[in-house]
Amino acid sequence: MNLKITTQIARTHLMAKKRQTLVAMLGVTFGIAMFITMISFMQGVNQFLEDSALDASPHVRMYNEVNTQRPALIDQLNRSDSAFNVIYHQKPKEQLSRLKNGLLIARRIGREPGVLGVSPQLSTQVFYNNGPIQISGTIAGVDIDRENRLYNLKSRLKSGTIGALQSNPNGLIMGHVLARKLNVHTGDKVSVTTPTGGTMILRVVGTFGFGIGTLDNSKSYANLSTVQEILQKDAGYITDIHIKMIDPLQAIPFGRKLRAMYGYYTEDWATANSAILAGEQIRNVMTFVVSMTLLVVAGFGIYNIMNMNVINKIKDIAILKATGFEGKDIVLIFLFQAIFIGLLGGLLGLLIGFTLSYLLSITPFNTGDFITIKTFPVIFEPKYYGMGILFGLITTVLAGYFPSRKASKVDPVSILRG
Amino acid sequence: MEKVLKASHFNKYFYEPDKFQVLKDVSFEVDKGEFLAIVGKSGCGKSTLLYLLSTMDTEYEGKLEINGQLLSGRNQDFLSKFRNEHLGFVFQFHFLLPEFTTLQNVMLPALKLGKYSEKEVEHRAYEKLKMIGMEDHAKKLSSKLSGGQQQRVAIARALINDPTIVMGDEPTGNLDKTNTGIVFDIFREIARENHQTIIAVTHDPDFAAGCDRVIEMSDGMIISSHEN
Repeated sequence: MNLKITTQIARTHLMAKKRQTLVAMLGVTFGIAMFITMISFMQGVNQFLEDSALDASPHVRMYNEVNTQRPALIDQLNRSDSAFNVIYHQKPKEQLSRLKNGLLIARRIGREPGVLGVSPQLSTQVFYNNGPIQISGTIAGVDIDRENRLYNLKSRLKSGTIGALQSNPNGLIMGHVLARKLNVHTGDKVSVTTPTGGTMILRVVGTFGFGIGTLDNSKSYANLSTVQEILQKDAGYITDIHIKMIDPLQAIPFGRKLRAMYGYYTEDWATANSAILAGEQIRNVMTFVVSMTLLVVAGFGIYNIMNMNVINKIKDIAILKATGFEGKDIVLIFLFQAIFIGLLGGLLGLLIGFTLSYLLSITPFNTGDFITIKTFPVIFEPKYYGMGILFGLITTVLAGYFPSRKASKVDPVSILRG
Repeated sequence: MEKVLKASHFNKYFYEPDKFQVLKDVSFEVDKGEFLAIVGKSGCGKSTLLYLLSTMDTEYEGKLEINGQLLSGRNQDFLSKFRNEHLGFVFQFHFLLPEFTTLQNVMLPALKLGKYSEKEVEHRAYEKLKMIGMEDHAKKLSSKLSGGQQQRVAIARALINDPTIVMGDEPTGNLDKTNTGIVFDIFREIARENHQTIIAVTHDPDFAAGCDRVIEMSDGMIISSHEN
């Protein structure tokens, strides 16, 4: 009953001062619209950077590190406390960077639970020659179907097809910046020279772009057997195993487990991309700070307006108290007004925020070769809209509560005596 | 005669700017259905006394009983409820809520009381407005009424919950002769017909002359009490 009469009074107050109500509402609307736009855009950027970096790198990479320190043989054989050995120019042990039984290991890892895909590969430094142009880069011999499963190569292709590599044993899918530097197009031939001296003429059957400079201007994919042939190695020779997990967070313990199991070095995505992850954290903090500032500013706006409202209505409050309304009724009257303003302003803010985010997401954004997007990255996440309306309500309720508590403490005698 | 209000040994101090005793050991009683006027020069403490009786001012020494209920020393929420049900007020400067219609202004205290349904409250509010001759203005915003009309609506509002006592602080203070006459007649009628008690602070000698009893105050004390 009291609730009914207090809401009725609150409604009458709001309707009587339509413009003031609207101004208060727009304060909330602006704050929340900006919050939604900000967070959708910032998170979109984060997501994009994370995707473009992490999509192109394995969750776990297993490889054999060849430059391991080893004690000199003489130290092992001729140890004594009274003398010491001096060795100049010790050469590292002649050692291949191969993973022994690599294909078998890959097959076994593929059967582990939580693993999305495994791609064994043979990767080496090469020189790409086309006439006078010589560019150093890398070549990865892969099973292109498996590699596609890990990195979604199909969507990264700028020309050619994956099938072309499978049907052409001497095919090459090349980073599109590298191809441009070499001045080759799909169908052209390029000579590939390995550090050990092997040379082979390969035909470019496609180009790809990951949006990451170090890949796009130096890397090529070829069939595993082709690279084994250039290096004059057997069919079981591989140097890397790339692994993608279903849950990327599982990669870190999984990598540790693999290292203990097989004795080869493993590197997980978090270590490989620590700079990107740190950047993301900084951006998250920044987004949070800016969003909070917007909401707090909007909150102060409402506080001011509610405060003025209470001061303007002080005579009415005195009358209500004189005719029998209690302090908590007065609080309710003004709190209802604040909630109404917060809710309606907030919903309008969500709508405007969504519209702004949408407009941003279709704005053309040309960044040149490396970045693969055509418009600004924006994500539409219901969670942020929920947060927006929740924060909006909390700030308005707080901003409305303090003035209304003041209103409830008004001494009617001092007002009514004039 | 049944006593409806008992005030005993009221002492009240103002502390700003200096300590000053406004009321000095004031005691009196009021009968049910009595039309009482409190008169005196400005600053004699008559308005202060009225606000103590109204239960809105609680900082005083003494004992207040209305309708047999002890009211001194009670908390604010209890007093709000008590005012709502048992007391009606008419102030000098009419004091209606400007955003509400005449009818809504009259209905508000009854809706707060919650004794009747909204329909019944509306019906009763119309009856009160009819009594004061304002039923034609029921749907008008109260800010659009003249001073005299607003004062009459304020009386209707004071009467809506059928209070035991109606209190008025200079209820005719800024009204012309015609309106003063109308207001006085309404008070006179409700005291006689409904046996509701009226306590009014006034400067107007004509108004006081028409009351059942006049209490005269000076320097915070009751100096005389005589029946007309």
